[in-house]
Amino acid sequence: MCSLNRQSRIDDPGATSLDLATVKSLFPCLHQQVHGNPLVYLDSAATTQKPISVLEAMDGYYRENCSNIHRGLHALSERATAKYEQVRNKVAALLRAPDPREVIFTRGTTESINLVARTIGRERVGSGDEVLISAMEHHSNIVPWQMLCEEQGATLRVIPCSDEGDLILDELVDLISEKTRIVSIGHVSNAIGTVNDVKQIIQAAREMGALTVVDAAQSVPHMNIDVEDLGCDFLAFSGHKVYGPTGSGVLWGRLDLLESMKPWQGGGDMIRTVSFEKTTYAEVPLKFEAGTPDIAAVIGLGAALDFVKEIGLDAIYAHEKDLLDDAVAKLDQVSGVRIVGRPAHRASSISFVLDGVHPHDVGTILDQKGVAVRAGHHCAMPLMKHFGLPATIRASFGVYSESDDVDSLVEAIDEVKGIFR
Amino acid sequence: MNDFRELYQEMILDHYRSPRNFGPLENQNLSARGYNPLCGDEVEIHLYRDGDGILRDISFEGCGCAISTASASILSEVLKGRPENEVRDIFEEFHKMITEDGTAPEREGLTKLKVFSGVKKFPVRVKCATLVWHTLIQALDEKEEEVCTE
Repeated sequence: MCSLNRQSRIDDPGATSLDLATVKSLFPCLHQQVHGNPLVYLDSAATTQKPISVLEAMDGYYRENCSNIHRGLHALSERATAKYEQVRNKVAALLRAPDPREVIFTRGTTESINLVARTIGRERVGSGDEVLISAMEHHSNIVPWQMLCEEQGATLRVIPCSDEGDLILDELVDLISEKTRIVSIGHVSNAIGTVNDVKQIIQAAREMGALTVVDAAQSVPHMNIDVEDLGCDFLAFSGHKVYGPTGSGVLWGRLDLLESMKPWQGGGDMIRTVSFEKTTYAEVPLKFEAGTPDIAAVIGLGAALDFVKEIGLDAIYAHEKDLLDDAVAKLDQVSGVRIVGRPAHRASSISFVLDGVHPHDVGTILDQKGVAVRAGHHCAMPLMKHFGLPATIRASFGVYSESDDVDSLVEAIDEVKGIFR
Repeated sequence: MNDFRELYQEMILDHYRSPRNFGPLENQNLSARGYNPLCGDEVEIHLYRDGDGILRDISFEGCGCAISTASASILSEVLKGRPENEVRDIFEEFHKMITEDGTAPEREGLTKLKVFSGVKKFPVRVKCATLVWHTLIQALDEKEEEVCTE
C-alpha cells in the first residue's frame, strides 16, 4: 500500500510521539459520563469527535466574520471568503493534489459520489456499458451507481469478497473490460476495516479506459493519501469523519475532467452571466458549488485538517495500527466473540459478533456501560449478506482512542455474557 | 435495578433462548412479513383466524434480537384464542405502555406483557418490541406489502 509509509515516521522522530493525554484533552465531548460511566467512544467510523480548534473556528466565523462569500465587497465577506478558500488549499495539500481548483466542497462523501454519477457518469455510461464496484461498498457507493445503471440501461458489476474479508482481485481480469466505463471503490471498508489495494484496481481500470472513483471516507482520517500516486480520477471524503464538522465534504477530481464536465446543480455562485436566453458558467471549482455552501463547516474542516497535520497522519496511522492489533488480540481472547473479516490489511474498524446474542442487544448493554459502538448493518447490507449476518457490532478508533478503551469494551462484553448466560 | 437489567428480564431471555410457537403454521389463513431496517430484523407471522374472527392459532418465524424475538414469542402465547377486535385494542394499550405511561394492558392473561415496560427507557428499542405487533396488524388487515418500521 503506497500511501501507508511507516518508514517516514521512523525517519522522523518528531512525528513519533503522540501525547495521548494531550490529544484527548482537546476533545470536549469525550469527557463525560454516560449512564453513570465514563464515555468510551468507539464509534469514530460513524463520526469522529471534534477538537476545540474546530469548534472555535466555526464559532469564530459566526461571531466575527459571518457573511456570505465570493460576492461581498465588505470586510466581513472578504475575510470569510479568504478563510473558506484557504481550506481548498489545505485539502489539496492533504491529498497531494496538484491544483486547489480540483477541490470541490460538498456536504459529504455521499453528495460527492452522486455528483460524479449525475454529471460525468451520465455522459460516459450508456446502454450496455458497465460500472464496477466491490462487494464491501457502503450504500453511498452502491445506490448512486445503481440509479445511474437503471437510468442508462447499464449493468452494475461487483468485485467479490473472500471469507477473510479481502477483495478477490484475481477476478479483475474477468470483471474489467472495454465495457467498463466507471470503477468506484471504497479505500477502506467501513464495515470490517479492510484496506483495499485500490491502486491495483485503478491501474486495471485505466488500462481499459474506465474512469476511477475512490470512496476515501474511511481512509482519509487514518492514512496519507496521494491522489497522483493512486492514479484515480476522483476521490471523495467527508469532513466529519476526519475531526471536522458534519456538512463538510470534498470531491477531488482531475482538473481536465472537471473542466470538461457539465455543472450539476444550477443556481447562484456557479454562474458567470445569466440571461433568460443563455447562462454561462463559472470556472471550476465554483461551477460545482451552486448556492451558499456550509461556510462554517468548511472553515471547521480547515481547522480539522490543521489538527491532523500537526499530529501527522503517519503518527495517527501507527497509533491506530497498534490499537487495532491490540483490540484484535484481546477480542480473540474473549470466548464467544467472533471477529468478522480477517483482512490482510486493516484500518479504522473491527467488526464482531457474540455467540447467542444479537448485536443490537450487545449494543444496548454496552451503551449502558458507557461504551459507544455501532451495532447494525453499517450501511453495507450486501457485505453482511456475504457473511450471512443481519448485523455486527463494530468498534472503530480515532486518534484519541487508547488501550484502556479496548479493555472497557472487553469488560462490557463480559457483562453482556453475564446477562445472556 | 439497572435499566438494562430491567430491560433484559429473565422472562425475555427465556423466550429469546426458547421461542414459543416458532415455525410455520399448517392451517394458516393469514400471514405477513415485517422488517426493521435499523437492525435487519425480519419476522413472519402466521395466523389461523376462524369464521368468528377468533385467532385460533399463531406462530412466527424469523431472526432478531432478544427484545423482538421475545415480543413475538409472548405475543403468540397471550393472543391465541382472542378475537381480532380485542387484539387490536391490546396492541394500542401495549404501544402506549412502552411509549407513554408504562402501565400494562389491564386484561386477564396479559401480565406477561408487563416485562416489556422497561423498553420505555430505551426509545431506540421500541421498534424491536413492536415489529411483530405491526406485522400482526398487517396480517389482520390482509395487506400484501411487507411492514417496515422506519
